[in-house]
Amino acid sequence: MTVAADIKTDTSAFATIRTPDLQPRPVKVKATGVKVFYGAKQALHGVTIDIPDRTVTAFIGPSGCGKSTFLRCFNRMNDTIVGARVEGEILLDNRNIYAPDLDVVELRARVGMVFQKPNPFPKSIFENVAYGPRIHGLARTKAELEEVVVTSLQKASLFNEVKDRLQEPGTGLSGGQQQRLCIARAIAVSPDVILMDEPCSALDPIATAKVEELIDELRANYTIVIVTHSMQQAARVSQRTAFFHLGHLVEEGPTNMIFTKPIEQRTQDYITGRFG
Amino acid sequence: MGAILVGYALLLVAALSAIAYVLGRTTGARLKPAAGEKIHSLPGYHGAFVAVWVGIPALILVILWAGLQGPVIDRMITASLPAELSSGKSGAEVALLVSEVKNVAAGRMFSEPNPAIVAAAERLNAWESIAGWALLVIVVAIALGSISITRSKLSPRFRARNDVEKTISGLMIACSVVAILTTLGIVVSLVYEASAFFAMVPFHEFLFGLKWEPQIALRADQVAGQGAFGAVPVFVGTLLISAIALVVSVPVGVFTAMYLVEYADERVRAVVKPILEILAGIPTVVFGFFAILVVAPAVREFSMTLGLAASPNSALAAGLVMGIMIIPFVSSLSDDALKAVPRSMRDGSLALGATPAETVVKVLLPAALPGIMGGILLAASRAIGETMIVAMAAGLIATMTINPLDSVTTVTVQIVTLLTGDSEFDSPKTLAAFALGLVLFVVTLTLNIIALRIVRHFREQYE
Ligand SMILES: Nc1ncnc2c1ncn2[C@@H]1O[C@H](COP(=O)(O)OP(=O)(O)O)[C@@H](O)[C@H]1O
Ligand SMILES: [Mg+2]
Repeated sequence: MTVAADIKTDTSAFATIRTPDLQPRPVKVKATGVKVFYGAKQALHGVTIDIPDRTVTAFIGPSGCGKSTFLRCFNRMNDTIVGARVEGEILLDNRNIYAPDLDVVELRARVGMVFQKPNPFPKSIFENVAYGPRIHGLARTKAELEEVVVTSLQKASLFNEVKDRLQEPGTGLSGGQQQRLCIARAIAVSPDVILMDEPCSALDPIATAKVEELIDELRANYTIVIVTHSMQQAARVSQRTAFFHLGHLVEEGPTNMIFTKPIEQRTQDYITGRFG
Repeated sequence: MGAILVGYALLLVAALSAIAYVLGRTTGARLKPAAGEKIHSLPGYHGAFVAVWVGIPALILVILWAGLQGPVIDRMITASLPAELSSGKSGAEVALLVSEVKNVAAGRMFSEPNPAIVAAAERLNAWESIAGWALLVIVVAIALGSISITRSKLSPRFRARNDVEKTISGLMIACSVVAILTTLGIVVSLVYEASAFFAMVPFHEFLFGLKWEPQIALRADQVAGQGAFGAVPVFVGTLLISAIALVVSVPVGVFTAMYLVEYADERVRAVVKPILEILAGIPTVVFGFFAILVVAPAVREFSMTLGLAASPNSALAAGLVMGIMIIPFVSSLSDDALKAVPRSMRDGSLALGATPAETVVKVLLPAALPGIMGGILLAASRAIGETMIVAMAAGLIATMTINPLDSVTTVTVQIVTLLTGDSEFDSPKTLAAFALGLVLFVVTLTLNIIALRIVRHFREQYE
C-alpha cells in the first residue's frame, strides 16, 4: 500500500505499452503498482492497469508469469496463501480493496471467481448455487432462494440441462456442466466482477465453446477478467488483452490490436508462438 | 538334553546354510559361459539359491522333529513300562507314571523310586540322546545332499535369480500366514471356551439376563452357591463409560482438528501436533492413576457441592479420563479427513465470500463427515475394548444404571476379575470371561470393519 514513490520507479524501468480504446469505457477496477511477494520471492513487479466495466479483459502470457497471482489480487484470495504479501493499490469503483477497514467477505461477494478445475461442492446442484445467497442472506424466503438459483442457472446456460435433477449431486455433472455450475454459483451472489482463471483448461472443445459463448453473454452485465493460455480463446472472447511476462505487464490494449499489430517485440514473439 | 540338541541343530542349520552360500557363490563365480551366452544370474544369487535349498528343508526337519520327538518317546516309554506297573490303570494314571519317569530322568527325585521307573528313566535318557544325535546326523546328510544336487544344477543359463525371488516371496507369505493363523487360533480358542460356557449357562440368559453375580461359591453346599450370568448390566456399564468417553473426545477432537486444519498457522501446528502425539503415547495405566487420584475425587467433590451423591469410582471419572485418552485418536483421524478434502473446495467457498468458520462448517465438515465418522467408530471400538483405565477406576459390581455418578463395571473389567482369581478352569465363572471376550471381540470387530469401510470409501472419493 506504499504507492506513489514505487510506481514512478517501476513505470520508468518497465514502461507498459498501452493502447486506449477508440470509445473508452468507464473503469471498473484500477490497479496501480501492484507487487506480490511469495515469501522472499517477488512474483509481480509493479503492475498498473485499468479494467473497463462490462468488458472481457484477457490476461495472456507464458506459464509462471504471474497472471493467476495478479487475478487473485482482485478478490484478495492471495490472503489465503501463507507467506503471500501484496503491495500497491487496487480500486474497485474507486474504493481501495486493500484498505484496512474493508470487509474481505463483502469484497468476495462482489468479485466472484471461477477456478481452473471445476470445483463444485459435494452437495446437490441446487445447494451449490444456493450456497452463496444463503451465507450472505440474499434470499429471505424459500421461494426467493429458488428464484435466485433458477435465474443463476439460466444465466449460466445450465438450467435446461439440469432442471429435472436439481437435487442430484453437482459432482455428477460432466466437466463442462460442472464449470457452468461454478459460474452459476458465482453469479448467484450478484457480483460486479467475475474472475476466471483458465476456466476451460480442463474442458473438451465442445464444452469450451459453450463456456466461451456464455462469457460473451455475461459481458452485458458483468466485468470479466479471464486468464487463458490459449491465444485463440483470448482473441475469441475478449475485448481487451494484457500480455504479461516475468511478472511485468508488457503491453495491453484492444484485443484486435494486440493480436494484429503488437507494438512490443516480446508480445509479437509470444503471439507468433516464438516462445512460451 | 533333547532341547539342547535341538538348539545345536538350529545352529548347525545356520552354519551349513552359510557354507552352502559360499560354495554356491564360488561355483557361480567360476561358471564359464559358452560363446555368445550370457550368465543369467550374479554369483550372489547362485549362492543364495544353494543356501535356501540347504537351509529351508533342514529347518523344516528340525522344527518337525522338535515337535514330534517328545510325544513319540513318551509313547515308547509307556509301551516299555513293565506290565505290572501299567496294567489296569487309566490314561491319566499312566501319564502320571510317565511324568515320574521324566522327573527321575532329570534327577528330580522326591522318594526312593521304584526300580522299574529308574530303568525306564535310563531308557528315556538313552533314547533322547539317540534322537538328538540322529537329528544332527540327518541334518548334515540333508545339507550335503542338497548342496550336491543344487550345485550340479548351477549353469550359466540357470535362473538362480528368479528362483531366489520366488523363495523370498514364499517366505513373506509364510510370515503373513503366521499372523493370520495366530489370530484365527485366538478366535477358535475363544469360541471353543465360550461354547463350553454356553453349555452350562443358556445363551439367552447370558445375553439378556439382568443380573450379573458370577461369584460361584467355593463349596457346593455354601449358601448362594449359584452364580448369575446375565451380562446386560455389564454391557450397560461398558456403553455408559464409552458414551461418556465419546461425549468428551468427539467434540474436543473434532474441534481441535478443525482448528489445526483451518486456523492454526505452521508454528502452532508444530507445537500442538507433537503434544497430541505425546498424549497418544501415554500408557493407559498412567491415565488410570490420573483417574483414581485426580479425576475421581474431583468428580466426587463437585457433585457433593451440587448436593448429589457420587460413588468413589464413578462411571463419570473413568469415562472422562478415557475420553481424554482417545482425544488424539479422534483428532488425528478427523485431521486426516479434513485435510483430504481438496483445497479447491475451500478456495471455492472462500471465493464466494464465506468466512473460514462457514467454510469449515458448511463445506469441509460435510465433505469430511464420512471420514470423521469412521474415526469416531474406531475411537468407540477403542473405548469399548480399553481395559487398564476402567480396571483401575471403574467399579466391580455390575449395577444396572445409567447414572454417571454411580459405580458401574465393564466387560473388560469383568474379564480381568474373573480370570485373576484362583478357581478351576472349567467353572462357569472362569468360562464366563471367554463369553464376555467373545462378545467384546465381535463388537469391536464389527465397529472396526464398518469404520474402515467408511474411511476407505471416503478416501476413494477424493483420490
Ligand atoms: N502459492 C505460491 N507460493 C509460492 N510461489 C508461488 C505461489 N503461486 C505462484 N507462485 C510463483 O509465482 C509466479 C507466478 O505464478 P502464477 O501467478 O501462478 O503464474 P501463471 O498463472 O501466470 O502461470 C511463479 O513463479 C510461481 O512459481
Ligand atoms: Mg495460472
